[in-house]
Amino acid sequence: MDYSWIQIAVAAVFLTVVVTLVLSRGYGWFSVTFWRNAAVVSSLVMLFVLLWLTFDTTEKVRPGEGQVPPWTVINYQVGLEWNAAKRRQVPAVGEKTGFFGKVYGSEEAYALINKGKMTLQSRNCMECHQILGNGAYFAPDLTRAWLDPWWEERVMSMVGAASHEEAMKTWLQHPDKYPQGRRRMPNLHFTDEEAVALVAFLKWMSAIDTNGFPPRFGVVK
Amino acid sequence: MSLFALRQPKELYESQKLAIWYFVVAVALFGAQIIFGLLLAYQYIDPNFLYQKLSFMTNRTLHLNAMIVWLLVGMMGGVYWFLPIETGREVVGIKLAKFIWWVIVAGVSAVILVYLLVQVGPGNAFTLWFINEGREYVEAPRWADFAIVAWVAIFLFNVIATTLAARRITGILGVLIFDLVALGALYTAGMHYTVNVTMDQYLWWWVVHLWVEATWEVLVGVVMGWSLMYLLGTPRKLIETWLFLEVALVFGTGILGLGHHYFWIGTPEYWIGLGGFFSALEPLPLVAMVVHAVYDAGAHRLNTVNRPAFFWAVTQAFGNFIGAGVWGFMQTLPQINMYSHGTQLAAAHGHFAFFGAYVGTVLTLVYIAVQNLGKRIQIPLNSRLWTWAYGLLVFGIIGIVASFTISGFAQTMIERAELGSTWNAFIQSYTHPWYANTHWWRFWMGMLFLLGYVLLVWDLLTIGRRRAAVEGAHD
Repeated sequence: MDYSWIQIAVAAVFLTVVVTLVLSRGYGWFSVTFWRNAAVVSSLVMLFVLLWLTFDTTEKVRPGEGQVPPWTVINYQVGLEWNAAKRRQVPAVGEKTGFFGKVYGSEEAYALINKGKMTLQSRNCMECHQILGNGAYFAPDLTRAWLDPWWEERVMSMVGAASHEEAMKTWLQHPDKYPQGRRRMPNLHFTDEEAVALVAFLKWMSAIDTNGFPPRFGVVK
Repeated sequence: MSLFALRQPKELYESQKLAIWYFVVAVALFGAQIIFGLLLAYQYIDPNFLYQKLSFMTNRTLHLNAMIVWLLVGMMGGVYWFLPIETGREVVGIKLAKFIWWVIVAGVSAVILVYLLVQVGPGNAFTLWFINEGREYVEAPRWADFAIVAWVAIFLFNVIATTLAARRITGILGVLIFDLVALGALYTAGMHYTVNVTMDQYLWWWVVHLWVEATWEVLVGVVMGWSLMYLLGTPRKLIETWLFLEVALVFGTGILGLGHHYFWIGTPEYWIGLGGFFSALEPLPLVAMVVHAVYDAGAHRLNTVNRPAFFWAVTQAFGNFIGAGVWGFMQTLPQINMYSHGTQLAAAHGHFAFFGAYVGTVLTLVYIAVQNLGKRIQIPLNSRLWTWAYGLLVFGIIGIVASFTISGFAQTMIERAELGSTWNAFIQSYTHPWYANTHWWRFWMGMLFLLGYVLLVWDLLTIGRRRAAVEGAHD
């Protein structure tokens, strides 16, 4: 789709007004008929535009197609870089590092991230954290959790882990033992499989191009 | 007394008796919502309170779900209340309506017990089907989703069949049917699982946004239209013209206003412009409602058959505009939202908007129903108690919202603008005095709100009774 948002907005409003006026010829602007027509026309026009944009968006958010990364991104180093033209951070994929010492094929990576997403939902994470900015406001936003410097600066030595992913896994399985700040995460009894899958999901999510949200991530120490 | 109110026969319709049950459950769940809200407020003060027993996430699930259910139940009760008056006949399929109602009550009880006792499950489909779906607002396990769809379908059948049987469709009924079809269909958009979190949230907002910022707002328009005809005798033609105007503006701005939830979830950049533009226009219908309320109230010099219902109706118009309109507009433009999104500011908006738009609506309906119960028919309905309940609830919510707003400003500045949105930045923000000092304040305002609720229940149980008893003594 090659239209800008202004073109879409103007077309939608223009179409609504014109069709309403044409259908309401001969009726005053404060008659019941005029507003009944306006109600039906605006609902249908906006619904039509939404459906049309939904088809476009659905195509563009397929993993690997646009701003959403492929499942196999978990095998690579993931980071953020400053995009001078857009004046915001965009995810950057670096060299192949593997994940927990293994390189995942596309199907395997999908299955792992799927397990991670199920785990995320089954433990009700969103009722304290935010996922892509949405959820409750009691715990940190998880959108860029994988990229948080806190893991290497503090958690790795605290839990005695040798790698970034190992630190996340160990901490997630025992958050009650290693409190961070005043608010403590409850122990949600993740199995080894669930914890690895959850870390995979978080790594994959951190590589989604979210149009710059959360802003200036990790810029200031 | 208005012509519309005079259509109420002495004996209640079966549908109105059912509506009373809807209101009883709604007010009870309102109480549950407040209790879980207070637990959350206390856990902000002392995060170790009930840690690992009744954690924040469980209380929040119940706080949200109790709210969604009681507000929806209250508005549906309003439809069951007014539908026979509007059509001049008993609701068709009332037995089915009663049956599904008790199924829903049993279902809600089961879901609450599972939330409280089981809380979470293993990371597989079983959990999503039978324990908790883990998606904010639509946490209900999948089996309950099907019960909810069946419930809305039977409700829709009641409305359509009754309208057909009455052989007369009014503008209000037309809008109601149009709206309920959309409301029911939209709920099914949330009944799916997908790995791709971007697509998941894209459709999840079809339920959440297109319910509370579109179809629920129109449902409010319908029941408030009937309420104004009852309370003030506002002419039908005026009500229907405004209602259509509301629908044109609510759907005209709200459907694409959905885009303000698509700024940061990995969807294409055009949503930033579209969402910002249309959601900035979303307050328009709310301004229209205030204009209408002020005009109507002034035209009748505040004369009404039911003082508490009338005050809640006017509060609804202002509360909807300020809570949903002003507090929403404050953070809907992407230039601001990038920093304020996902902070306490969102909670400030949520509390103010739901109170203004929906709590005011349901309490208007409840007071109208109470006026027609047994010996309580008093005109105008009035008491000293309701003013206290009203005052405490309004004062309480303003205090709660103020505390969220201030901690939201502090969080936006410290976590997002200054320290770079990390885990450490988050901890720095919530331990900062500007944020932390609001915790106690919020809790005590919540306690005042609870006191207001207690007085409200007391008033609902006693209003009209004493005077009726005194009059009885004179007979």
